[in-house]
Amino acid sequence: MKAITKLTLALTLAGGVAGAVSADEAAIKARQGQMKLYAHYLGLLGGMAKGAVPYDADKAGAAAASLAMLTKLDSSRLWPEGSDEMSADGTRALPAMWENGDDVMKKVMALGEAAAGMEMAAGQSLEALQGAMGPLGGACGACHKAYRAPDS
Amino acid sequence: MFKVAGYVAFAMLLAGAAFWWITTPERVRENDIAGLAGDAVRGEAAFWAGGCASCHSAPGAEGDERLVLSGGRAFASDFGTFYAPNISPDPVYGIGDWQAADLVNAMRHGTAPGGDHYYPAFPYTSYARASLQDMVDLWAFLQTLPASTVPDTPHEVGFPFSLRRLLGGWKFLFTGPDQVVAGDLPPEAARGRTLAEGLGHCGECHSPRNALGGIDYTRWLAGAPNPSGKGRIPNITPGKLDWSVADLVEYFTSGFTPDYDSAGGEMAEVVQNLAKLPIEDRRAIAAYLKAVPAVE
Repeated sequence: MKAITKLTLALTLAGGVAGAVSADEAAIKARQGQMKLYAHYLGLLGGMAKGAVPYDADKAGAAAASLAMLTKLDSSRLWPEGSDEMSADGTRALPAMWENGDDVMKKVMALGEAAAGMEMAAGQSLEALQGAMGPLGGACGACHKAYRAPDS
Repeated sequence: MFKVAGYVAFAMLLAGAAFWWITTPERVRENDIAGLAGDAVRGEAAFWAGGCASCHSAPGAEGDERLVLSGGRAFASDFGTFYAPNISPDPVYGIGDWQAADLVNAMRHGTAPGGDHYYPAFPYTSYARASLQDMVDLWAFLQTLPASTVPDTPHEVGFPFSLRRLLGGWKFLFTGPDQVVAGDLPPEAARGRTLAEGLGHCGECHSPRNALGGIDYTRWLAGAPNPSGKGRIPNITPGKLDWSVADLVEYFTSGFTPDYDSAGGEMAEVVQNLAKLPIEDRRAIAAYLKAVPAVE
């Protein structure tokens, strides 16, 4: 009986610890998935901007709309406290992100605006799409510059 | 006996004179630039090509703050930590009391107005390849920027690197060739060479250095450890980098890699600067990178 209690306790504790780790891990994986989705839609838009893919207004517009939608995901669920590179594995997110909430929010808003700008531009013309790539890249880069550890 | 001592003394004198001659800071002659009129509009292009703001703006500056060249950013290296100085037009805290020739001396010879050597953390090894006209134009543009009264932070450099006179020897040994990729290139790649080897100073980070910090020109742009100690700065010769010209131009414009990751760290700053150049210049740098000798 006592042994079973001990075992249960041990399992519960282990489960608790494992559970805590996997909540952060899940968030890290999920936000990296979000980044992959960004890249996937950007791949079409960027390919058109570079001339590697023929320009198609409908496809460009749809990709840009999806991209804009992705910027609207609830970030708090993706970036829980304790999921920075010092506290967790498999992430390059610097702890400074959680110390500069206001600045991060400003950059998130800027990304939303740049994505909305692309959504307006992508279906209009190739030139408009090309013009919207810069601000979008700038918004992505602003956060990566400030809050992502170098690739080692 | 005296004869030997005499020889030794003579040899020492000769060595001393050679040291003095080698380590004496070089300066441009006033009349070298007398006929040149600075143009602030062209100077702005030189400013972005040179990436001045990436080092000389305040830490974390964004947007128009990048035009306030108050200095203060720290640059760690094997020789100590360097702090970018205030180069805003303030006459006391910045360089408002300089003349165009002083900027030319700084960029071409790494020589300060008082005659001291600058540390090569200031990339004059590359800037020296820019034209005098570029420097005079840049001077005209710098004077249009806001003044800042932020005082300079002294460099934290240990002995013997703290002896600036020795930098004359460094310059003597490690000043690079006028053209790293020598010979005739097609016009676009040649324009890219001017930008990338000169004002763009790509090789300062992307080329490995020897133990004394001299650039290894046999491995030009072949990548190097990040001086901050974390990560590596990539090999951008055709031996490693297989991006197309269109990929490179997109990267220089929006910061997106072919995988649609974005530039991070220092390169994000570089992209911010390159994005402000005419697209022809970004194409030219891409063409140059395709023409650089491949290093594995």
